[in-house]
Amino acid sequence: MNASDIRFSKLVVLINAAVPAAILARDYYRAELGANPLEFVTHTTGILTLTFLMLTLAVTPLRKLFRLPWTVQLRRTLGLYAFFYGTAHLIAYMWFDKFFAIRAIITDVGKRPFIAFGMTGFTLMVPLAVTSTNAMVKRLGGRRWNQLHRLIYPAAIAGVIHYYLLVKADTRIPLTFGGVLLVLLGYRVFEKFRMSRGSRQLPKTKLRGEESQA
Amino acid sequence: MVIKKPDDIKSSEITDERLYLNRRNFIRAGVLAGTTVTTGLLYRKLSPNRVGQPTSQSVVSGSYVTTEGETATDFKDITNYNNFYEFSTSKQGVAPAAQGFVTKPWTVEVTGRVQRPRTFDLDDLLKLASLEDRIYRHRCVEAWSMVIPWLGFPLERVLREVEPLASAKFVKFTTLLDPKRFPNQDADVLPWPYVEGLRLDEALHPLTILAAGLYGKTLPPQNGAPIRLVVPWKYGFKSIKSIVRIELSSEQPTSTWTEVASNEYGFYSNVNPAVDHPRWSQATERRIGEFGLRKTILFNGYGDQVAQLYSGMDLKANY
Repeated sequence: MNASDIRFSKLVVLINAAVPAAILARDYYRAELGANPLEFVTHTTGILTLTFLMLTLAVTPLRKLFRLPWTVQLRRTLGLYAFFYGTAHLIAYMWFDKFFAIRAIITDVGKRPFIAFGMTGFTLMVPLAVTSTNAMVKRLGGRRWNQLHRLIYPAAIAGVIHYYLLVKADTRIPLTFGGVLLVLLGYRVFEKFRMSRGSRQLPKTKLRGEESQA
Repeated sequence: MVIKKPDDIKSSEITDERLYLNRRNFIRAGVLAGTTVTTGLLYRKLSPNRVGQPTSQSVVSGSYVTTEGETATDFKDITNYNNFYEFSTSKQGVAPAAQGFVTKPWTVEVTGRVQRPRTFDLDDLLKLASLEDRIYRHRCVEAWSMVIPWLGFPLERVLREVEPLASAKFVKFTTLLDPKRFPNQDADVLPWPYVEGLRLDEALHPLTILAAGLYGKTLPPQNGAPIRLVVPWKYGFKSIKSIVRIELSSEQPTSTWTEVASNEYGFYSNVNPAVDHPRWSQATERRIGEFGLRKTILFNGYGDQVAQLYSGMDLKANY
């Protein structure tokens, strides 16, 4: 993988991740979202947020398992798309369900745990999006940046709980997201455990391009 | 691997740089197009667009207007946006899953605390009364609503036929249990079969009907074919679909949703903007086909006719 190939891979991710948004917009304008298009938009952007959070969290395990160090370069795009769909989801809720009645939204957050979890998840994503630029990585320093970006773990957990609490009876899809998240976070716990044991025997070697990875 | 010395390679063998770049661009264009199409197809598979099932029943819309001047919701929306977990837990997924649902033969057993228990053949049941147009507002507990032109007759006609005993205080309704015809009954999403209940006086109320059709046509399977209950002042889930059994009892039956989550779905489940669902507000609703929200009305706007059923009752405690 040379620099040009990596740039191209980023472009592939950038365009592919926009496909759901493009189709959703097309379906909306062609009135093909069913009887309740606003609910459909809210629901779909929510699912997409969780999907992109999972994809973002999948980069590190896959990179290490398949020894593809360059894939870390795709992570920022995936993470920013999670934030993009999360923002769309939040706006859909505030607009279609509340018509931007701030007081009603605040009441909702205080009264309904599933809204509170959703808001928490989104709020945790904001600093990650803000500090996603190269300049910010430099300003914070790799170590602190890494620590900050561990916020994606509680953000994803809050997102899955938010979805689980919302459904009426059929919890299969939220539980699937929960299972995937468990594997992705479990991998990290396992790695940490392995590293802390291994470090006593072997000096830790740093791979190229390993900095700024959580 | 043999590394050729530079003088082994004739200059004519070296791929022209422009050609090399062209080929690479060609492959890249292919990768980009291929992945984009794959992503698009994957999205479409997971999130099918529902233009609305084309149906053989062509319907003239707009001719159904309520006394309040409300226009009936589109036939396409009424028949493609359904909560009917026996087919699918996706509201858009019910109509496609329900196609080909067999409703013949169909019997409805009416039993329990009655003088003359009887199992009706559907045709006999429908002969008890002539079908009337009943245009009702339909308010789902999920805070959306429709206006539906039902075709049905008062449930009271059936109950009188079997002569309730004095000890009969409640009516329990049961949906067909048949995983072969209701594919999602294999899934563990609700305790099957679906059960609902009414107080006898609610069941005898003239607004309470058994519906066998809508928009002047036979009831489509996704709307509860061949026969369903419609209680317009209660949340939609009380209006049980595809009924096979009606049992009169002295004890209050436990509805399926009450069994699943009694703090969220009570026995009465009267439409009430002042009593929120624990997870969302019931103060407003989205009328299907509209962008904005409407204010939800107590008893779904049928208070004039039904409020006396609950006089002196605490509607917050008896939600």
